[in-house]
Amino acid sequence: MRPDPILRIDTAFFWEACERGEFVAQKCGPCDILWHPPRPMCPKCHNTEKEVQQLSGLGTVVSWCVAVRPQAFGFEESPIAALIELDEGLRFVSNIEGVAEEDMQPGIRVQVAFADTSGGKKVPVFKPVSE
Amino acid sequence: MSKTNNQAAIVGIGQTEFSKDSGRSEQQLAAEAVIAACKDAGINPEEIDGCITYTIDNSDEVDLLRSVGCKELNYTVRLPQGGAANAATLYHAKNAVESGVCDVVVIWRAMNERSQYRFGQPTVSISPDANSSTFIEWCFPFGAQTPASWEALSCGQYLSKYGVTSEDLGNIAVLMRKHAATNPNAWFYQQPITLEEHQNSRWIVKPWLRLLDCCQESDGGVAIIVARMDKAKDLKQTPARLLSAQYSFLFNHEIISDFYEGDLTGLPFSERVTEKLIEDAGIAPKDTDVAMIYDNFTPQVLRQLEGFGYCGPGEAKDYIADGNMELDGKTPLSPNGGLIGEGYIHGMNNITEAVRQIRGIAANQVENVETAFVASGVAGAILGK
Repeated sequence: MRPDPILRIDTAFFWEACERGEFVAQKCGPCDILWHPPRPMCPKCHNTEKEVQQLSGLGTVVSWCVAVRPQAFGFEESPIAALIELDEGLRFVSNIEGVAEEDMQPGIRVQVAFADTSGGKKVPVFKPVSE
Repeated sequence: MSKTNNQAAIVGIGQTEFSKDSGRSEQQLAAEAVIAACKDAGINPEEIDGCITYTIDNSDEVDLLRSVGCKELNYTVRLPQGGAANAATLYHAKNAVESGVCDVVVIWRAMNERSQYRFGQPTVSISPDANSSTFIEWCFPFGAQTPASWEALSCGQYLSKYGVTSEDLGNIAVLMRKHAATNPNAWFYQQPITLEEHQNSRWIVKPWLRLLDCCQESDGGVAIIVARMDKAKDLKQTPARLLSAQYSFLFNHEIISDFYEGDLTGLPFSERVTEKLIEDAGIAPKDTDVAMIYDNFTPQVLRQLEGFGYCGPGEAKDYIADGNMELDGKTPLSPNGGLIGEGYIHGMNNITEAVRQIRGIAANQVENVETAFVASGVAGAILGK
């Protein structure tokens, strides 16, 4: 089954939000800039007071791949991994569910959902935007 | 450019055999490669006073001192960014000897990445208190767990935008294996491939990387000795002068999982390195006689050819197909067969080939070589006679 996320001091807020079904990003309040991956300090103003902002959960597929050999560790079957450009301008690696491999292409509009991990945690995955 | 006598040069190169099962420790491979490089140069290992390797090399500086008998190191450096460090080692070695901090610097990389561990397979454990490694943390729970997966996500936008096909990528693999086929030092010596064989090779990561798009996993060690020209003139070999070596590590960029900043269809750090090389040495990479371009995966060659200025955006697939990088072409690409054909010692064997080309002793010697370019994404070096 899907491996658990790795919680680190500077990034635990993200994975803990997933537990609540929230898809979030680190935000520097004074700069009003979102950052991903999270980091201990805003690189613009050096503020260490981090806000957490809920994201729309909408994005567009930039690129995708499927590990054939070796198969993805921990999964029964390798998932479709994708780089997604979020509507807020951040990029995020996740999975695409509900699209057949042969139908994958850049530009597919997707929205966030949550998937369970082997240790009972949750991670964000993406599905096609329902018309 | 430095005054000739102060200028750094590669004065010795050494290696072990490249295999799939070395049968000895990585520490021994490192020591053997260093001693081979010293013998090649005509330098006593006691003279080594600086050393450089990668952060992820498993041999320690202590191991080096113990095994090869260096007396005193006054300079040790380890470089980040995995294989992208390979040309950057020359940048640091050059600075170390030209500043006078060191007289003789050794660079090494040794790995049993086939027999002892599998470099291309998923990293299955990471400690939460390990150093920051987003390619694990932000990819692992989504099944993107190998260098090939990260490469596929990274290159996808470029390949889609310019309509690069698997056959286009296959042309690069065929070229590398053609060069390796006539290089007795290559693992794939006498084993050329056809485009059809490339197309029939199994998928590693769909939809971009087949087995023959990937570099090898190799066991072996490589070492390089750098000194100033004032010392080089008394040594055994024709020195390969480091006309320039440059490095550019840009904001918010990463190693192979470089997904988060800017336009993914270009390589801005390679463009920066090119600017710095031209400013420093007065020579552009495309105007050198041999191109040693880091070929961990075939798409990386295309993006680097554009980033380092060999051709314009989207033109690299045709630049290769038109024969520009054949042995008798405008700028031959990795006459040793590169990391795909010769072996994958994390890029270091592309530096030793550049030195052989400058010396005029390579298995696939290009005619009239005066300069050679060695590139690994974030770093590049121009070698010359």
